[in-house]
Amino acid sequence: MKFAVSPEQRQFSESLHDLLNGADTADVVRSWAEGRHEPGLKLWRGLADLGVPALLVSEADGGLEASCVDIVVAFEALGYHAVPGPIVETAVVAPTVVSGERAGRLAGGEILATVLTPLALDADVAYLCLALRDGQVYEVQDPKLKPVSSIDPARRLFRVDGHQVEIPGDGAKAFDLGVLAVAAQLLGAGQWLLDAATAYATQRQQYGKPIGQYQAIKHLLADVVTHLELARPLVHGAAVAAQDDSASLSRDVSAAKVKAGDAAYLAARTALQVHGAIGYTAEHDLGLRLAKVRALLGAWGTATFHRERVLESLVGAR
Amino acid sequence: MDLDIDAESAAFRDEVRDWLAANVPSLPSMDTAEGFAAHREWEATLAAQRLSVVTWPRAYHGREASLLQWVLFEQEYYAAGAPGRVSQNGIFMLAPTLFAHGTQEQRDRILPPMATGEQVWAQAWSEPEAGSDIAALRSRAVRTDGGWLLSGQKTWSSRAAFADRAFGLFRTDPSQQRHRGLTYFMIDLRADGVTIRPIPQLDGEPGFAEIFLDEVFVPDADVIGEPGQGWRVAMTTANNERGLSLRSPGRFLAAAHRLVDLWRERGGPASVGERVADAWIGARAYQLYTFGTVSRIEDGGELGPESSVNKLFWSQLDVALHETALDLLGPDGETDESWVDGYLFSLAGPIYGGTDQIQRNTIAERLLGLPREARR
Repeated sequence: MKFAVSPEQRQFSESLHDLLNGADTADVVRSWAEGRHEPGLKLWRGLADLGVPALLVSEADGGLEASCVDIVVAFEALGYHAVPGPIVETAVVAPTVVSGERAGRLAGGEILATVLTPLALDADVAYLCLALRDGQVYEVQDPKLKPVSSIDPARRLFRVDGHQVEIPGDGAKAFDLGVLAVAAQLLGAGQWLLDAATAYATQRQQYGKPIGQYQAIKHLLADVVTHLELARPLVHGAAVAAQDDSASLSRDVSAAKVKAGDAAYLAARTALQVHGAIGYTAEHDLGLRLAKVRALLGAWGTATFHRERVLESLVGAR
Repeated sequence: MDLDIDAESAAFRDEVRDWLAANVPSLPSMDTAEGFAAHREWEATLAAQRLSVVTWPRAYHGREASLLQWVLFEQEYYAAGAPGRVSQNGIFMLAPTLFAHGTQEQRDRILPPMATGEQVWAQAWSEPEAGSDIAALRSRAVRTDGGWLLSGQKTWSSRAAFADRAFGLFRTDPSQQRHRGLTYFMIDLRADGVTIRPIPQLDGEPGFAEIFLDEVFVPDADVIGEPGQGWRVAMTTANNERGLSLRSPGRFLAAAHRLVDLWRERGGPASVGERVADAWIGARAYQLYTFGTVSRIEDGGELGPESSVNKLFWSQLDVALHETALDLLGPDGETDESWVDGYLFSLAGPIYGGTDQIQRNTIAERLLGLPREARR
């Protein structure tokens, strides 16, 4: 057993962070929220150059046929930098069920996909619109879109009408991998929030001392560390389950989403509280993650839905 | 990254499972005279199978098992409902200290009878004026021919009511303050000058005791490390207690599975069902976190301040898990002895081995690098 990220995966993560650190992602997110897609699409092409949407595409279709652990490594980084767009749908769900020419174009970062969950993220820029139901996969033809606003302005959601045609594919697995990627995204967002709050607590002075010297602040942040550190192995463990095609995949991704969601939300609330009023402003980047975390708690199955899946699996197992 | 159990480890796990299934006894509480003796006997039974200290050298009744195998052993041990370990202070706290700082002579003399339960150890850290602030301790040791004379008072000493020996820190250089001038001693609790006063815990049994020392002679051979270096020596023990060995994931997984069984039998409101799920998720998270720690250590990493993350997590998980069981039991929650015992025991978790508040300070200062508060 080696339950640790490999040196290659660490390197992959570092190259993603390098790209995203240099890309002014906060500006990209704000543009995306206003419907100006070009900076975001350019960023996605950059991520495609590093292989992100090719990870789950087969080698035959021009992909990397990489491990689900690589997906988790990538989505922690994407979540950390709040990368906007239908990234879970395009890089994880669609490659699980689509093959051939379209899979190749997904891998190359040329086209985007969306999935009805039941609202569809960024359906206006998606080439491919999918629905997952009862383990089946459907493609929505000529989707008619009606915009719906989200708590996270960078999540541009649409109600979708259109004829659904069943296509081959394992819809249950596609859903579970989507959940896994969202859990990793939450973990990354939570880590950014912790890092930002820690940096602020070190620098901000009140009563003549850095506020991070007070136990009231220390203990809040220590709880965030603990939640994130214990959520991460669940996310990584679920990635291993996905890689092994384990029978416990649904249970494991659900556990990961519950814990990563709890940890990220605690990180978001704590980071806002530590920052105080400055964190409540639109100019501060904290709000980008706060809104995204809150939105992702409800997307791809609520915590209640996922806890029920875990409990059902446990009750049935013994 | 993988979670594969190699063939040798799987065979070991299966051997442990089969042996426990055929041999696990039901014993009275270890905090009674009768139960203590029975638990001591159980340690000898385990040792005869080389199952009391699986990671230790064969010369000390171990079988040189890997850390992963130890985690698997613990999983099987608690899943089988096997007795609590009366030897845990010794095998999980003192032994790692001896392996790191003891002499060959000390290891050869102390470890074999520890492994068989022939000598059961109590810990003697806290004092009336030194709880979380352990460096404030006042008990002292004065030089004499061939050793030291120890005087003072220790308290909340787990197992001391019935144990044979104890380990702890004493001030050997009165001119030094705080962490300096302390020395790590092993003490014979039957020696002249030792008085034990058992203290009943919440469950009514004397799980800990006060130890009064009046010029108790301890030979030089029972000092671990150099005189004056006691703090540094003791810190090895602290990380072990918090970090890996004291409360392995096996015990929480076993408790979570018992909670799932209870849910299956009785059902209950969906809100409690969610807490049952959370308890299992927490235990599974801790198991996977531990596999990560094992991989890190086997790769040459150290058990550093991350051990505080560990301890903070499981201490809270244990309380939440047992609260959920009692809530699920409803009016039967106050009368179900097994869950009540588990619940009362869980309440001590956020206190011993460094309180949750101390762990949070450590995490904030040593992992996040936040500035230290001004302390004395």
